[in-house]
Amino acid sequence: MTKSLRVKTGKIIDETYRISFKFNGKTYYGFKGDTLASALLANDVHLVGRSFKYHRPRGIMTAGSEEPNAIIQLHKNSSRTEPNVRATEVEIYEGLEASSQNCWPSVEFDIGGINNFLSPLLPAGFYYKTFMWPASFWEKYEYFIRKSAGLGKSPTEPDPDVYEHKYVHCDVLVIGSGISGIMAAKTAAKNGLQTLLVDEKPILGGSTIYQNSENFKINNQNSGSWLEKEINEIKKISNLDIKVRTSVAAYHGYNFLLARESLTDHLPIEQRKNKTRHKLLKIRAKKVICATGSIERPLIFNNNDRPGILLSSAIKRYADLFGVSCGEKNVLLTNNDSAYETAISLIQKGINIEAIIDNREEVDSKLVYEIEKNNIKIYKGFTVVDTSGYKRINKLSIMKLSKDGQKVIGSKINLPCNCLGISGGWTPAVHLFTQSGGKLKFREDDQVFIPNTHPSDQISIGSCNGDLSLEDILINVPNTLKEFLGIKKTEYENIEVLSSENFSKRNIWLLPSDKVLGKTKSFVDYQNDATAKDIKLALREGFRSIEHVKRYTTTGMGTDQGKLGNMHALGIISETAGTKMGEHGTTTFRPPYTPLTFGTIVGRNVGEYFDIFRKTPIHDWHVENKAEFENVGQWKRAWYYPKDNEDMYQAVQRESKAARESAGILDASTLGKIDIQGTDASEFLNRVYTNSWSKLAIGKCRYGLMLNEDGMVYDDGVTTRLGENHYIMTTTTGGAANVLSKLEDYLQTEWPELDVYLTSVTDHYATISVCGPNSRNIVSTIIDDLDFSDENFPHMSFKNAKIGKINCRVMRISFTGELSYEINIQANYAKSVWEKCIEAGKDFNITPYGTETMHLLRAEKGFIIVGQDTDGTMTPIDLQMDWIVSKKKYDYIGKRSLYRSDTIREDRKQLVGLLTENPDDVLEEGAQIVANINKTPIEMLGHVTSSYYSPNLKKSIALAVVKGGKNMMGEKLIIPMENKSINVTIADPIFLDKENKKLNA
Amino acid sequence: MFLINCPFCGEREQSEFKAGGEAHIIRPKQPTELSDDEWAEYLFMRKNIKGVQFERWNHAHGCRKWFNVVRDTSNDEIKAVYKMGEKPPTI
Repeated sequence: MTKSLRVKTGKIIDETYRISFKFNGKTYYGFKGDTLASALLANDVHLVGRSFKYHRPRGIMTAGSEEPNAIIQLHKNSSRTEPNVRATEVEIYEGLEASSQNCWPSVEFDIGGINNFLSPLLPAGFYYKTFMWPASFWEKYEYFIRKSAGLGKSPTEPDPDVYEHKYVHCDVLVIGSGISGIMAAKTAAKNGLQTLLVDEKPILGGSTIYQNSENFKINNQNSGSWLEKEINEIKKISNLDIKVRTSVAAYHGYNFLLARESLTDHLPIEQRKNKTRHKLLKIRAKKVICATGSIERPLIFNNNDRPGILLSSAIKRYADLFGVSCGEKNVLLTNNDSAYETAISLIQKGINIEAIIDNREEVDSKLVYEIEKNNIKIYKGFTVVDTSGYKRINKLSIMKLSKDGQKVIGSKINLPCNCLGISGGWTPAVHLFTQSGGKLKFREDDQVFIPNTHPSDQISIGSCNGDLSLEDILINVPNTLKEFLGIKKTEYENIEVLSSENFSKRNIWLLPSDKVLGKTKSFVDYQNDATAKDIKLALREGFRSIEHVKRYTTTGMGTDQGKLGNMHALGIISETAGTKMGEHGTTTFRPPYTPLTFGTIVGRNVGEYFDIFRKTPIHDWHVENKAEFENVGQWKRAWYYPKDNEDMYQAVQRESKAARESAGILDASTLGKIDIQGTDASEFLNRVYTNSWSKLAIGKCRYGLMLNEDGMVYDDGVTTRLGENHYIMTTTTGGAANVLSKLEDYLQTEWPELDVYLTSVTDHYATISVCGPNSRNIVSTIIDDLDFSDENFPHMSFKNAKIGKINCRVMRISFTGELSYEINIQANYAKSVWEKCIEAGKDFNITPYGTETMHLLRAEKGFIIVGQDTDGTMTPIDLQMDWIVSKKKYDYIGKRSLYRSDTIREDRKQLVGLLTENPDDVLEEGAQIVANINKTPIEMLGHVTSSYYSPNLKKSIALAVVKGGKNMMGEKLIIPMENKSINVTIADPIFLDKENKKLNA
Repeated sequence: MFLINCPFCGEREQSEFKAGGEAHIIRPKQPTELSDDEWAEYLFMRKNIKGVQFERWNHAHGCRKWFNVVRDTSNDEIKAVYKMGEKPPTI
């Protein structure tokens, strides 16, 4: 049985509600209200983890989100397992299981601890320097380095929890519910503003709520009681929304913030069912008030990282809030008055204090006098030079500081100690402020960075703004609020404040030791094991910029982003380099403020909801008929329809043969469709396509190629003239939205004089394409009152028709080279018309085919696919499509670019056909094409863009782009593959029916 | 994510809009009369200012209208919004 260090009842502890939990396999007990950290401390467990590099034993250091050491693995061996969780933020619940990470076989005995004794061999940059040579060996080193590094284990199973995103709008967002935040939220809400108050902790009140001292009073009440009344009042305000356990992760421009509201993490697992775990709040606030408080600074001295060494403010919080004593032999080391507040709290709770070591020589402070009255020994002008105790501090040595604070003098005094509280003053938590684009200024007096200028409508108040005393807060906050919110009065006028601390501070960034620096381990960044020595080494090696020193030493690069040690790193740099502190600036604070799980970031967008997808109106038929689907942009398109265990190759061969020999049917509804109307519609088409449109008769269709201004092919498709001033344009499936946007751009900005209106009708019409020699027989069956003769309805023409009572548009156009009809029909009738076609085609073996067969059929015919055979670097000339480029038109988009010095080069990559020497060798799309494999370096001439085995031609065919390919007809080239080289011959890209006999049949 | 005050719809989230690059680059009326260099100047050369920049934006997921925005690219502050064809404000 471990001893209990529970003292008088803590403020938020419910001692009637006992909770059992497991840490490293052992069962412990805590109370409702405990965090994992407070419960462990109450059980006298300080050792909770091992450090990253040296595997040194580490303990709980703080009581908040700034914790660098006590990061643990929650729920081991479960799909909910989560690494790098701060024990100081985990609220315990019945059945909680947690374990240490970064240690093997156990936290008590960790093999990696040997690194600690090898540490003289592991300076900053050790890995960079040592494992550089020979370069090819890195892969071998990496395996071992990765194994011994790393913090925690990521889950290997899908996350069972549900996460949500929510948009929140408010007039005023207050971040932080300490005394300043509470005053701000109440003032804003009472003035009729819709206000949102968030705090990362489960309770409101910051660090004032547990103040119970005669030394800090507001209107003659203890500041804690005063604040409690305020909190009870604000809970009743209807236009004030309060969210606890809500951590603001990011503060972007225009007052757009992301916050993570944790809803179930504090509940036993069985109570989490059907509940949302985290909600990511996307907050748009008209005004933001940052009341994010401040973080106590540690002090940097030799062996300052042992378990049992905590921030002084954390010791106070554990005692006051949780009723936990962190040790029996407490010593405090400080350079300011804050540690004395801790001492007073400990005395109140009857916790023993061995001594206080104060860096300051003389202090005229009420708090100090009160401690002296209690007969507690204060060593003034002293510092700690060393500590001992491997898994828990058990002793420390102190010495007198020299006048300049750079050396220690006199003799060493040893003190027993199993808990050391350290206080190096306070660092305003300006992380969110700077994320928003705010700039900081340096305040010399107490060596802090405080908010200066900022872009959006915001203020920082309280200690995050550098107001570190109760008195400053109660005077400054109301005045700041009045100006910021544009109000005349707050409830906090003429308030009486008693604030007893003295603000003198003796700031020494790196406390001296009796040992030379090289023999000390003074940790600046606890999580990444960066020491003062490492920072000085970086400076000696020539690094000057704080951003470079950070990356070289990894200071501030842990999951805590150096919330504790960054200031000391800066201080040591400026002291060593002899520069002024404010001149260095700080490293960049990046979102998130505390880590977010991926679940929170993706919210509901997982699995089938990962991205939205679009279905054609015929989709259900494809599903019923066992189609395999392929993603084309956001569309789900039928890819092929396997029959009797066919694989894709077999299905595609069957579908392709059927389409050429009798009839095939394709759902082409995904093609972009733009309705174009207006008296200048023809002129508009003349300007956007390379060919001429003026003479296209009503009822006729024409293929068009659209370029960018740089002359490169952008999109293609068939456009039909429906009436004098009415066209319907089809675009590629993927290009639909971009084409519309581009056309609108030209219409609105370059040619506003044109009378043209564009409407996207992609989703309104479905397109059913029936092709093959028997397509006419099928389509004419379901459309019975239309003359399908070549004279009346030739290739590239269009007819309005009726299927029963349903109006439809039928185009005789072809993307396969076969006789082909495209029926465009209102989307909601599409499935029934499709089924009619299938029914009518039964006798002709009508075969539904998917995109893969469509690609094969068009490749046989040498039709390009924009985006597959082109890649934004191909002109129509490169594609051997000179026939579609009008010589007569004065201008169209991209025309001038077609005769730039670069586009007229003869050796540009040009589209050609490829035939393999062995007709059964099917090339790989993307394969490189070369002429000579014996001469190195081998010159790459181009690559294969489309490749298939053609069942109709009974040979392998491919399209490719090849440098100067146009003039290489019949030449032999080589495609080197992993196992063999394939010999190919350059051929005409049109492999089938060059004379278009089939089309006009 | 910033807010853009569409001159036709009012203030909307940036995600509704599509950026269209530098504003007031007029497409030459007679491209065929231009030398390669002159055409390249129109086609490729953009200022990419750090600071106040005149830009085109499209309310792609809204009214589909193109318009001009004066934005400080260093902090995303939008100084003015005006319709196509309107005179740019002096800033």
